[in-house]
Amino acid sequence: MLSRTADHLYWMARYTERAENTVRMLDVSYRMSLLPGTNGCDTDGWSAILAISELSDAFARTGRPLTPRDVIEFVVLDRDNPSSVWNCLRAARENAHAVRGTLTAEMWETTNATWLEIRDMTPEKLQATDLGEFFEWVKFRSHLLRGVTFGTMLHDDAFKFVRLGTFLERADNTARLLDVKYHSLLPRAEGLGSSTDFYQWGALLRSVSAFETYRHVYRDVITPHKVAELLILNAAMPRSLHACLDEINDILGEIANLHSAEAARQAGELHATLHYGRMDDIFATGLHAWLERFLVRINRLGDSIGDNFLVPVAA
Amino acid sequence: MSADSTMTAARPFDEMHAADGTVRAHYGPYADWLEQMPRENIARKRKEADIAFHRVGITFNVYGEGGGKERLIPFDLLPRIIPGDEWSALETGLRQRVRALNAFLADIYHGQEILRAGRLPAEQVLNNAQFRPEMKGVEVPGGLYAMIAGIDLVRAAGADGKGEYYVLEDNLRVPSGVSYLLENRKMMMRLFPDLFSRYNVQPVEHYPDLLLETLRAVAPAGVLDPTAVLLTPGAFNSAYFEHSFLAQQMGVELVEGQDLFVKDDTVFMRTTQGPRRVDVIYRRLDDDFLDPEVFRPDSMLGVPGLMSAYRAGRVTLANAVGTGVADDKSIYPYVPEMVRFYLGEEPILNNVPTYMLREPEDLAYTLAHLSELVVKEVHGAGGYGMLVGPAATRAEIEEFRARILAAPEKYIAQPTLSLSTCPTFVDAGIAPRHIDLRPFVLSGGKEIRMVPGGLTRVALKAGSLVVNSSQGGGTKDTWVVN
Repeated sequence: MLSRTADHLYWMARYTERAENTVRMLDVSYRMSLLPGTNGCDTDGWSAILAISELSDAFARTGRPLTPRDVIEFVVLDRDNPSSVWNCLRAARENAHAVRGTLTAEMWETTNATWLEIRDMTPEKLQATDLGEFFEWVKFRSHLLRGVTFGTMLHDDAFKFVRLGTFLERADNTARLLDVKYHSLLPRAEGLGSSTDFYQWGALLRSVSAFETYRHVYRDVITPHKVAELLILNAAMPRSLHACLDEINDILGEIANLHSAEAARQAGELHATLHYGRMDDIFATGLHAWLERFLVRINRLGDSIGDNFLVPVAA
Repeated sequence: MSADSTMTAARPFDEMHAADGTVRAHYGPYADWLEQMPRENIARKRKEADIAFHRVGITFNVYGEGGGKERLIPFDLLPRIIPGDEWSALETGLRQRVRALNAFLADIYHGQEILRAGRLPAEQVLNNAQFRPEMKGVEVPGGLYAMIAGIDLVRAAGADGKGEYYVLEDNLRVPSGVSYLLENRKMMMRLFPDLFSRYNVQPVEHYPDLLLETLRAVAPAGVLDPTAVLLTPGAFNSAYFEHSFLAQQMGVELVEGQDLFVKDDTVFMRTTQGPRRVDVIYRRLDDDFLDPEVFRPDSMLGVPGLMSAYRAGRVTLANAVGTGVADDKSIYPYVPEMVRFYLGEEPILNNVPTYMLREPEDLAYTLAHLSELVVKEVHGAGGYGMLVGPAATRAEIEEFRARILAAPEKYIAQPTLSLSTCPTFVDAGIAPRHIDLRPFVLSGGKEIRMVPGGLTRVALKAGSLVVNSSQGGGTKDTWVVN
């Protein structure tokens, strides 16, 4: 397939996944802000949202106060914030538009309809909307596109580039979420088992749809150590780093070309770290240091995929 | 040349109703059906069609509106119906005309017999901006230049009350609109399946297959399993939906200039598995943008070295470079002469009488009758740069007069054709609106083929004669019925 087509498909999937994970993060902060005792003014939580996506500086430049409403507007709707949900869904749709002939009719219509619905959203309209419902809607549209892709698209190379984008973005986003949330929650860890703590960790798990999963896997109280283990090493947990690298590694094996040895090597190495890694070793390194290193490596892998497949030099 | 008075008859020919108001035979079953159909059902179907077109994103981009705005092309639910025998006659005429146009292109880029025979003034061709000296002596597969031609037909009332078809314009560069033809049919079958059981409507859905066969038939000699691609200027082009649609329907790659490169006079596309050879390019990009090394050096849309590969016969471009000289409005008056010269036949399809304003006599007549005539820029397209005399204000006419006097050779004039009308759903109910017809004629291999009918465009404004989508025109499904 055309490299440019692969590039558009890959980015369509990445932007859709990013929009979904952004609202997952917002949703957890929003739910936490509704907990008794926080008065909705948990500024740590809201600044963490910005830190996760490396948006703290950009937000500061807008001169907005650090209120839930301002952060949500900035992260969801701001036209000048390239990572806002609005911009992600626009970019997903533009990438889809550029290759709509490669998409099935259902995929195109799903992406296009999502964009048409959010296109005219304004801060006023967002205020008038039930935020929880809006976040659900974004997640639902992302689920729908993924399902429609899986259920209608020929499982050929085009499909694999879509999936590659999804899992690369997800690995990045899960690592960021865990990194920032883990550290903003840890100071409370002394009161482990307190009800506030339970809700905080519970909200983090819910943001990756893993609350019941946790119960099912551990049949135990929620501990930070086990939350990290579930989101990093558990290969059966679809949003874990291990699960994402399983997919990425397999896909890179299937789409290999004469120039893709470097991407395959990096993915294989990263995959081995997760496949054979142990939580004790990760904690010995320091979770934050480990996750930072992971983010650097996943982004390098993204660059190699770009070089090896998406914009190859004329041979 | 004198205007044919029958063409400007006050009462236009209506496709559905005869002059006495009775329904023409071929519209009979439709009229019966329409009578039983509650109006609110029609309104609901209109809404349904609108939603479907929006969701599917069948849009076009409008030039001159900031940011390449996407708009829906209005679709009218009332079909234009053409009796089978009427279409057969048209089809024969279209084949003849396109054969002559291709013969003309082959001739002027080789022996230039028609010029030497004095049947067409040489300077009209050789000084034409659309004549491409780069193409002189270049051999193209099958001697074909315009593999895909869109011939615009209109129908005007004759003295006997019968409608007479005229060719208004030949489109031999990158004619567009066929995707609407196909989507309109799909929509009609979805909205009104029962109607199709009342009529034996000739199918059009095989157009992409015919097109692919045409493209493969004109591959460079010796290529056994040719790879064809569709070259688009990109997602911001007004016809991008169509490019993407046709590439998908044919199962060929939709490429932009940046996806192709030329090495050793061979064209390759960049794929995730490395370079892959390309043999036929269905290009939807104007000549000027094809190759920055030969044409516009600032073109970011083309492929450097493409012309060299093309002239070496290593890749086929469809349509060929330089076809614009045959569909230029200043050459149009000579097409009947081409039919006689190359085919030794009398033209089957009529031309509209045309005044060429570079001729002093025609200029004088035109200036004296501006309020009755349609004046067009020779190189204009899309309904821009055109004066419709009877609909223009005095000020508009005077402004146009000044433009003509500044450069008369840039204009032609024609009598204002009273284009035929077809009943159309409008806000107030059903009313007659002017229409034209663009059949798409495919030449490749031995045969010239087309799907029955074509794209019917309709001027939705009451009384308007401009059917271009960029100027408020819509489209209708076109049925050729047995």
